[in-house]
Amino acid sequence: MSDPTPHFTPLDTSSDPREIRLQEIRRQAESATRIPLPAVESPDGSRVPASPETGYYGMPLLKRPAWTVEIPLYFFAGGAAGAAAIMASVAQLSGADPRLIRDARYIAAIGGAVSPALLIADLGMPSRFLNMLRVFKVQSPMSVGSWTLVAFSSTAAGAAFFSLLNQRTKMFSPIRVLESASQFLSAITGAVLSTYTGVLIGATAIPVWNQNASLLPIHFGISGMGAATSLLELRGHNTLALNAIGITGAVGETLIGASIELRKNPALKPLKSGRSGWLIRLGGLLSGPLPLLLRLLALGGNQKRNGRLRKVAAVSTVAGSLVTRFAWIQAGGASAKDPAIPLQLPEAGQILRRGV
Amino acid sequence: MSVTAFLTDSTLCIGCKACEVACKEWNQIPGDGFEWTGRSYDNTGSLGHSTWRHVKFVENGAIPGFGGNSPAAFSWEFSSDVCKHCENAGCLEACPTGAIVRTEFGGVFIQSDVCNGCAYCVVSCPFGVVERNPEDGRAFKCTFCYDRQKVGLQPACATACPTQSIQFGKLDDLREKAQDRMTELKDQGFEDVHLYDPQDSSVGGIHAFFIVRGDPRTYNLPPQPDVPTIYQRKAWTSAAAAAGLVFGTMLLAFLTRKES
Repeated sequence: MSDPTPHFTPLDTSSDPREIRLQEIRRQAESATRIPLPAVESPDGSRVPASPETGYYGMPLLKRPAWTVEIPLYFFAGGAAGAAAIMASVAQLSGADPRLIRDARYIAAIGGAVSPALLIADLGMPSRFLNMLRVFKVQSPMSVGSWTLVAFSSTAAGAAFFSLLNQRTKMFSPIRVLESASQFLSAITGAVLSTYTGVLIGATAIPVWNQNASLLPIHFGISGMGAATSLLELRGHNTLALNAIGITGAVGETLIGASIELRKNPALKPLKSGRSGWLIRLGGLLSGPLPLLLRLLALGGNQKRNGRLRKVAAVSTVAGSLVTRFAWIQAGGASAKDPAIPLQLPEAGQILRRGV
Repeated sequence: MSVTAFLTDSTLCIGCKACEVACKEWNQIPGDGFEWTGRSYDNTGSLGHSTWRHVKFVENGAIPGFGGNSPAAFSWEFSSDVCKHCENAGCLEACPTGAIVRTEFGGVFIQSDVCNGCAYCVVSCPFGVVERNPEDGRAFKCTFCYDRQKVGLQPACATACPTQSIQFGKLDDLREKAQDRMTELKDQGFEDVHLYDPQDSSVGGIHAFFIVRGDPRTYNLPPQPDVPTIYQRKAWTSAAAAAGLVFGTMLLAFLTRKES
């Protein structure tokens, strides 16, 4: 009576059959199996929902490339070998030092032997490598590449073998004809071998690769040329011609690096951030600006210092070519993890960036 | 032989995963374990070498104050994903051994006795379906139950589906059926239903299409899938230019720097 606060007594429902039934259902539900986990919680605790903005819980749409270290190593070896075969032909055509021609042939032959070994080692079933030669498919860069590699390896080995034989016999013979023929064929197939790898990864569903379909073959071609030139320099050849090729290659790599940095395409994110981004930059620096500077410095000054500068430039270029191949494969893996590009999500490149 | 197709109608799916189980049993695919992904009641995550049917669980949490028929109410959508058996199939184009073929039923089929595990199909699929089995070494995906179709049976998943969410039939018939079902659903008030069948893309249509509620991107279905062969003209042109550049650079260097 004295309490002014309005209050009401809750209805007594203990005898209401409908309420009793509800309590019964509740008890039944409680005794049944409980849901063991909060339903929407990803293992990393990120709680990305399934929505038009994030795709299916931010999970990857594409599959990661299954390739391991053999493939980037093969890209490097094949690229250098192919360019070396071209070099041997061009050098011979222009009447250069025979020792240079011989060494270029050896590099081509060695690369031509190592490459198939690497490629076979990466196959899920290496014993079935010959199935690659069951068919020839123009529309499959992998098929074109396999046939090119077989042709290159045999002709590059032939060129090296016949030139060795020719050196021993020292006389005009059919061997010279065979030598020239295999030399010519290895240069032609070498040109395909050192550039098709760009087509191989460029024409795939992986965004960072297919958005660079025009860039990759030129990038890899120049990288192979730089590596072949540098390997010859490390063998002790230091003609001005090699330095000129080295400078052209380094200028090309610098321009390619700059174009990657300047393009705003969100699909290029793996080239600019994360581990793959730093590898791309390291590879670019080692193949572009650094050797370019060293080679330009080597144009003046005294002979001895120039030789040293060019050796450093050569080591840098070879390392750069190798790092670049690894970086692109790594970038492909990072790109496959991000569903934003293939799903055309508004926040392209945002999801899962921490995992890249 | 007529071209066959799947119509997966997620509005009928109850998320029972009978299709996953039936597929595994019939095709004798290794198990994926009983791990939960933590993404609703999905425990396989995505299609892969050992998952040829994958039930997606799109769960939208409850928002207090919304219930009943409100679109913001707690909702649960299930959709059974499968290889799309593209008209222009990236994996088939990419395969260097000829292991991947088109069957007389229009499906895309990997001949396991030919595949050598080069894994090029893996990066050529715009839907992320094909995968290399790390233990076996070869690539695997849905066979469209080629063996069953050969003897006039429908695929295992469609047979096991208890709600006819997975329907199997002739491609043209099912496309028509899908349109009818869309009209029916819209008449019933389901305004947000979508038919996922990207016929305008370079993939040129698929042989497994889906009716889903909401944006198909929620189900990791890409709005504009592209068959990677479309990038080849660009890439080979660049390769030819690169070869020319390398030849030219070397020729110029050797001809002008002859003196040393």
